Amino acid sequence: MKQSLFKIIKNEPLTSTVYRMILEGDTSAITRSGQFLNIKLDGLFLRRPISVCDYDDNTITILYKVVGKGTEGMSKLSPASILDILTGLGNGYDTTKSGNHPLLIGGGVGVPPMFRLAKDLIAEGKNPKVILGFNTKDETFYIEEFQHLGAEVLIATADGSIGTKGFVTDIVKELCDYTYFYTCGPEPMLKALSDCTTTSGQLSFEERMGCGFGACMGCSCETKYGNKRICKDGPVLEKEEIIW
Amino acid sequence: MVNTKVTLSGITLDNPIIPASGTFGYGYEFAELYDINILGSFSFKGTTKEPRFGNPTPRIAECTGGMINSVGLQNPGIEKVIQEELPKMKKVFHKPVIANISGFSVEEYVYCCQKIDQEDQVGIIEVNVSCPNVHHGGMSFGTSPEVAAEVTRAVKAVTKKPVYIKLSPNVTDIASIAKTCEEAGADGISLINTLMGMRIDLKTGKPVIANKMGGFSGSAIFPVAVRMVYQVYEAVNLPIIGMGGVSSPEDVLEMMLAGATAVQVGAANLVEPYICKNIIEKLPEVMKKYGITDLNDIIGGAHK
Repeated sequence: MKQSLFKIIKNEPLTSTVYRMILEGDTSAITRSGQFLNIKLDGLFLRRPISVCDYDDNTITILYKVVGKGTEGMSKLSPASILDILTGLGNGYDTTKSGNHPLLIGGGVGVPPMFRLAKDLIAEGKNPKVILGFNTKDETFYIEEFQHLGAEVLIATADGSIGTKGFVTDIVKELCDYTYFYTCGPEPMLKALSDCTTTSGQLSFEERMGCGFGACMGCSCETKYGNKRICKDGPVLEKEEIIW
Repeated sequence: MVNTKVTLSGITLDNPIIPASGTFGYGYEFAELYDINILGSFSFKGTTKEPRFGNPTPRIAECTGGMINSVGLQNPGIEKVIQEELPKMKKVFHKPVIANISGFSVEEYVYCCQKIDQEDQVGIIEVNVSCPNVHHGGMSFGTSPEVAAEVTRAVKAVTKKPVYIKLSPNVTDIASIAKTCEEAGADGISLINTLMGMRIDLKTGKPVIANKMGGFSGSAIFPVAVRMVYQVYEAVNLPIIGMGGVSSPEDVLEMMLAGATAVQVGAANLVEPYICKNIIEKLPEVMKKYGITDLNDIIGGAHK
């Protein structure tokens, strides 16, 4: 973990509620896809945890949905503003277990961490298949960006306005040639995926956090391998250890 | 040169800054960030007789100037703390620590204090009397002067270490509770624990916290804490560890003027992980600004 200052390079809407922010600063504490940032915002006591979509030597890209005071405040920040951020939080995804044909399944605001994961898996010579779930066409984002990585991308929308009508699980149930799965999204989706997948996998969880670095025990959960802190021992848990 | 050394029951601290129990774990997370031996001491995670998972999540809620937590004393239990956590802690922190002990019956407090009494690195036992008493309908030990005194007496009988009673602010007369703890043999008083609070989510119409209520902490409670430290200082002749919303060197001085000999920093650690280091580094400069050469000169200064 590292605490440092970042400069906002870009902060733009991708849909009516989802924004992309590009931050410039010290990214050296980030070691894996699936990790998150904890961002200090004016007028709020607790930092706001946001997953990392992508990063390089000096920039971080985050995609966030405006859901409350914190994210609303973020959406109004202009480029050149400075943010105090904790980086390198959480365990992130372990790509060594993926096999050659992993599935990457992102639902709504669970889509962003799949991007860097797909990039890493492709760089490792693997062939990930990406399944993205949204409510409706107007709420979709990053489909082209995933395609540009060279991954096969399948879309599910609840209303069928683009891709398969239904949920990501409706697509996953039809697939049988995958070696592993990685996912992030709302908990009911994670549960449904855990039930319908035929392989092991890694699932990223969300919880209200105090510190984000393992000190306060605010985000604990019970697993088959003992109590874990979502922020420090997670947010990524293995399918086999989860108690639903 | 200014003097920042203070003494609690014969234990000299390099400075009065002590991370508060439950906001610093056993120190490892922070030891990755800075050498935690610069701290005066620290109060480790509240420990109970049995292992506890704590309350269901969500356990955390945002508030103006603070937060609510209902962690519910999650800890691995006294045996594991002694066997596993303390040896690990010893590697990153070499000064006397404060052992924060909780219980749901007088017997549990006694059991834990007896065990922790054997640990060399424990300098002070801080007894958290804010927990519900299972034998008295779940009412907190700390809300009744008689029960708080009963815990104090029972614990004092089984340990040679100094015992500080950590008081709940959710009472009508904190000074009288401090007084009865003093009469029962307490060596010091820690205050304040969190204030009971609640947030309701407008989208769901339900409390944010799964357990409905939780403990409110953070900078917003600082004036309440200063007031209570001031009142307790008038009532007892014991060293006081003041806490509640402390987040700057100025807050430390204010708390000491109210009557604290040492000061704990709690919720601020969770949002500013370097806060204790920053306070320790800036303290001498802020002391100079106010013409203070020795911190001991200002303890209770507001009463003169």
